[in-house]
Amino acid sequence: MSNPSLESLKGQWTCGKCGSLLEVASVNVSYLGSGYPVDLLVCKNCKRPLVPAELALGKMLEVEKLMEDK
Amino acid sequence: MDQTRLRELEDQCIQECAPPCAAHCPVHVDVRALTSAVAGGDFQSAFKTLSKTIPFPEIIARTCDQPCQAACYRKTVGGDIQVAALELTSIQHSDHLIAKPMLLPRRDARVLIIGGGLSGLTAAFELVKKGYQVALYERENRLGGRLWNYPEDQLHGDVIQREIERIVDLGVKVHTNTEVTPLLVTTLQFDACYLGTGNSASNPFNLLTNPDHTLQVNMDTFQTSQANVFAGGSLLHTPSTIFSVSDGRRAAISIDRFLQNVSLTASRVNEGAYDTRLITNISKVEKVETIPLFKAGYSAKDAIEEAKRCLQCDCMECVKVCEYLKHYGSYPRKYVREIYNNLSIIMRTRTSNKMINSCTQCGLCAEVCPSDLNMGEVTHEVRQTMVKTNKMPPSAHDFALRDMAFSNDPRVALTLVPGEGSTCDALFFPGCQLTASNPEYIPQLYQSLASALPNLGVMLRCCGAPADWSGEENLFTQTMQEFKTQWLALGKPKLVLACTSCLRMFSTALPEMETISAWQVFEEHNLFPTGRQYTRPLAIHDPCTSRHVEAWQDAVRSGLDAMGIVHHELEMSRDLTECCGYGGVAWLAHPELVHDILNRRASEDNADYLTYCVMCRDLLAGKGKSTLHLLDLVYGKDLDQLARRKGPDYSQRHENRLRAKQKMIKLIAERDQPMTESYESYMLLLTPELRATLEDRLILIEDVQKVIEHAETTGESFKNQQTGHTLAFYKPNLITYWVEYSHEGDTWKVHNAYSHRMELEGGA
Ligand code: SF4
Ligand code: SF4
Ligand code: SF4
Ligand SMILES: [Zn+2]
Repeated sequence: MSNPSLESLKGQWTCGKCGSLLEVASVNVSYLGSGYPVDLLVCKNCKRPLVPAELALGKMLEVEKLMEDK
Repeated sequence: MDQTRLRELEDQCIQECAPPCAAHCPVHVDVRALTSAVAGGDFQSAFKTLSKTIPFPEIIARTCDQPCQAACYRKTVGGDIQVAALELTSIQHSDHLIAKPMLLPRRDARVLIIGGGLSGLTAAFELVKKGYQVALYERENRLGGRLWNYPEDQLHGDVIQREIERIVDLGVKVHTNTEVTPLLVTTLQFDACYLGTGNSASNPFNLLTNPDHTLQVNMDTFQTSQANVFAGGSLLHTPSTIFSVSDGRRAAISIDRFLQNVSLTASRVNEGAYDTRLITNISKVEKVETIPLFKAGYSAKDAIEEAKRCLQCDCMECVKVCEYLKHYGSYPRKYVREIYNNLSIIMRTRTSNKMINSCTQCGLCAEVCPSDLNMGEVTHEVRQTMVKTNKMPPSAHDFALRDMAFSNDPRVALTLVPGEGSTCDALFFPGCQLTASNPEYIPQLYQSLASALPNLGVMLRCCGAPADWSGEENLFTQTMQEFKTQWLALGKPKLVLACTSCLRMFSTALPEMETISAWQVFEEHNLFPTGRQYTRPLAIHDPCTSRHVEAWQDAVRSGLDAMGIVHHELEMSRDLTECCGYGGVAWLAHPELVHDILNRRASEDNADYLTYCVMCRDLLAGKGKSTLHLLDLVYGKDLDQLARRKGPDYSQRHENRLRAKQKMIKLIAERDQPMTESYESYMLLLTPELRATLEDRLILIEDVQKVIEHAETTGESFKNQQTGHTLAFYKPNLITYWVEYSHEGDTWKVHNAYSHRMELEGGA
């Protein structure tokens, strides 16, 4: 799963909990028993990933539908 | 759905049955294809269609007695189609060339054909094609038999000779001037024989006869009393060229089977002329008179006109009235196969899930289907199977099921009886959607009903329809059980309903319970106000679940009369009414289709509509069709505005249910019920555009509030350095909601919200 808007978001977001700048990291996303790694902005301290709107409403939705019909 | 059920359902749909013309034609010329080609001026392919089935196209076109016309659906609307004349025109206006057929590899078995008329020649043709050694004996000095009796201007000798020669040239050994006597038979070498002598008098085999001296012949196999001798043609029936061709062909099938030593009778249905099951509705067909023949034929132009009169008979009754069936471009026989295949898929993508989930389960198809096929029941049953086998896409009905869960949550649901007791004599059950759309009507309606029904209780909850529609059998049973427990505790009161979908659910699951509609109570107790007025024409849209519920349909109509409201019927009304698209949760599976469903319904009549299901009202009004609910006429003031109002959005519907509950508690128990959840204190600010976007994304205001509450109380969020916005997520159940917001004064300004179902390592 590629995430083209990632670069443009980098440097904009900090973690609300610990204040550190988010960094790009590979995160596992899964649905109905299958998973994939995807690059996301993540707080390295708190391990929380950020899912941008374009990803949730685009690629993620597409993959969800696909897996639901499998 | 197993194979047997699939077959049953496929068989129930008559769409692929032959039209009466092709069924009654004993050789089954594809008359529809022929007339359609002629209608398009394509005489060449019309001729192809004809010559594919008939080895002597011109002889037949000039002599056929047209049994195809017997049941032609055009008969009563202008006269049956002149098929033979169209066949002739297709010969005259095409190259009428017939390619030499492929012959199968040589077989040694020898077939003796006695009689060179049409039936013998057809049998010879069919058997030569199969590779048999065919010898044909004719008493006269030329082949053709009775064909030579036709007047020359109807059937010229040249035509006879040309068409017979083509057959003989395939390799039939012809012996003319030879009468086959009992003596000659003993000298001939053959493995099977076809007797097509035109009369029973010549009987060289000494075959058994009937008392009237006709030959004993099995009419399905054409076998005589001697196993290897078969007979047909005019010795069996009054002379008819087309029946002779048919007999010759069918006897040839028997001879082939006999020589190969396989069953003569297995699977030979509908071989000759038969009555088809196809039914074509001609109630809307305009009368067009037969184009007169000129000397038994047509000019090209006249032929085209005549062919255009052909109705291209098929059924398609359900597809004509159902936008859903129309949308997928086919018809139920094909759909049930597709659905069956979808269920059987193991590893590949199941492409028909959406199709299965888009039927509104309204049952209109069964009303118009000549064999009562109900696709609503089929999709319902299949959804149940999908749920049971874990093949239902989790997102398919989730939103509707959560809406139902909300209505039945103890915080939202309500059961209340007046006075000190714990039972009631009647129970008002308005249904979750009327409560959600028009909470102000609930106490009003209760008061009206209570004026006629003493000791009237109220129950606010959802009947369980979304669970049933989604195929969630267990959830539906459980929901009904919860209701039933309460109903028993209330002393089995009679249920007073205001929604036909509730009625449908209760009468299926709890048939022992007595129900009545609010409208009937109004009617019986003269509760309808009089002297109401509506300025524009008003047509009644019956909700689809009112189908066959005549008592409700009638009560609404007499209610309108009592109020002095002028109204008229839609063409598709009462038992033939159409669904608005809310049924079967189709609106969730296929919003674009529901858009088409609504447009179709809305454009059927220029009048404004009056209905008695609030979802029908809200959906129709949402598409710009002015529509009133019956209760608008009873309690409403500004009817114009009420007919045009859009229904509340999903968030508002939730809030309305809570508000209705508060009002009913105030009314019956005379106490105030504060009902605020902690997250409700987050006052949101969002543009109408964003609110509409959230509606499309199925995100409720309360979902947004929960995210903000979670972020603000835990600090789990992200901050944007440039905009200062906060972005946070919260996952109350299976869905993760994200909200981008900023704190402005007392309020929380929402910039965006979205959701996903995929799960992320790290909690989202
Ligand atoms: S062959 Fe005769 S019966 Fe058959 S379709 Fe043609 S005209 Fe009709
Ligand atoms: S109208 Fe056309 S398709 Fe229908 S029965 Fe007559 S010839 Fe056949
Ligand atoms: S139940 Fe209604 S929506 Fe479904 S196929 Fe039949 S007519 Fe169409
Ligand atoms: Zn952090």
